[in-house]
Amino acid sequence: MANSASSDLLNAHQMAEFVSRGYVALPAVVPDALNQLVHQDLRTYQGPSGQFWFQTEHIQSVFNLPRVKGAIESLVGKDPVYDHSAIHVAGPGHRRAQTYHQDSIIDTRPLAFDVQAFYFCHDTPYEMGPTLVLPGSHLRKANTASISRYKNVLGQVRLACDRGTVVFMHHGIWHCAQPNATDTLRYMFKLRLRPSVPQRGLFNTAEVDDPEVKKTLYQAYQPWQGNEARLDHMNRAKLWRYVVGDDTVDVSFEGAFTRMGL
Amino acid sequence: MPHQRQQLLVLCLAAPDLESSTVAWSLYDGARPVDDLQPQTGDDKTPPYASVLRAMQDGWRVIQVPSLPTYIPGHEHETTHLPYEYILERMVTVDGE
Repeated sequence: MANSASSDLLNAHQMAEFVSRGYVALPAVVPDALNQLVHQDLRTYQGPSGQFWFQTEHIQSVFNLPRVKGAIESLVGKDPVYDHSAIHVAGPGHRRAQTYHQDSIIDTRPLAFDVQAFYFCHDTPYEMGPTLVLPGSHLRKANTASISRYKNVLGQVRLACDRGTVVFMHHGIWHCAQPNATDTLRYMFKLRLRPSVPQRGLFNTAEVDDPEVKKTLYQAYQPWQGNEARLDHMNRAKLWRYVVGDDTVDVSFEGAFTRMGL
Repeated sequence: MPHQRQQLLVLCLAAPDLESSTVAWSLYDGARPVDDLQPQTGDDKTPPYASVLRAMQDGWRVIQVPSLPTYIPGHEHETTHLPYEYILERMVTVDGE
């Protein structure tokens, strides 16, 4: 597969956002004509959820769009490994929310990560119950539903978005599906990809030293992190070193990496 | 005939200080009818109490206090669940058969 143009890769600001919050969105990146084709495919598809990716005509076109491919290349390399995909549906008036969880199983890779692309082919306003995520939770270890006792957490965000939006999430982010208070069926297509290469320096690194990028990383404290917030800071500083591909970069709390010789 | 039912309130605080801020919360309401929906994820933006102490001052009883985290050499920076989680209860009277 050819390399993406540097302008289609995530830039340092977007990558800092991903490292800090655990997700980055490409708002309305998919043209409307393609959104409508996928939406129609979803409405008529009768097969297994996990086969929609393989058995319908238009969904792979979404992930071949240059900016979508560029984001994928930035996160997991240009030839990622398909993990799984699924159609998520919430019917009109569906009242029960999903409980908070991390997907899959505890990931023992120290820094490497899978990415989960959430594609919303139709407008998904707040009341339609788009996915609820907890920014900054992606580096906290949990065992699938071991976080399901929490019902509300300060700083949680529903991913309300315009049609054609793709949100790329770190596999570890705490999230759950939400009730749909509208009279319209809600769809979300999820694609999980694994890296095939070390995820070092895959994005457009031109602005990694921009003060605004460092500010994003330094100031990414979330209201729910409390006394552990400095530890969360250390973990995103470790992830930043990994994705930048430079183990001398130090955006840790009070320069603790340098102080401790890490 | 009136019955006693238990309500459990889970409050996660920012620090072990019982007066520190609530950062996460859940209500499990044993007084609701079986077929009623319990509080759901994402259904509230404001904690019911600013701290455990404030809940105590409103009549809730603390029935579980968390143990403090321990830090294993080599893993000191690792983070996991919300560590300062308190379970509180309140008994309420409901009418029933």
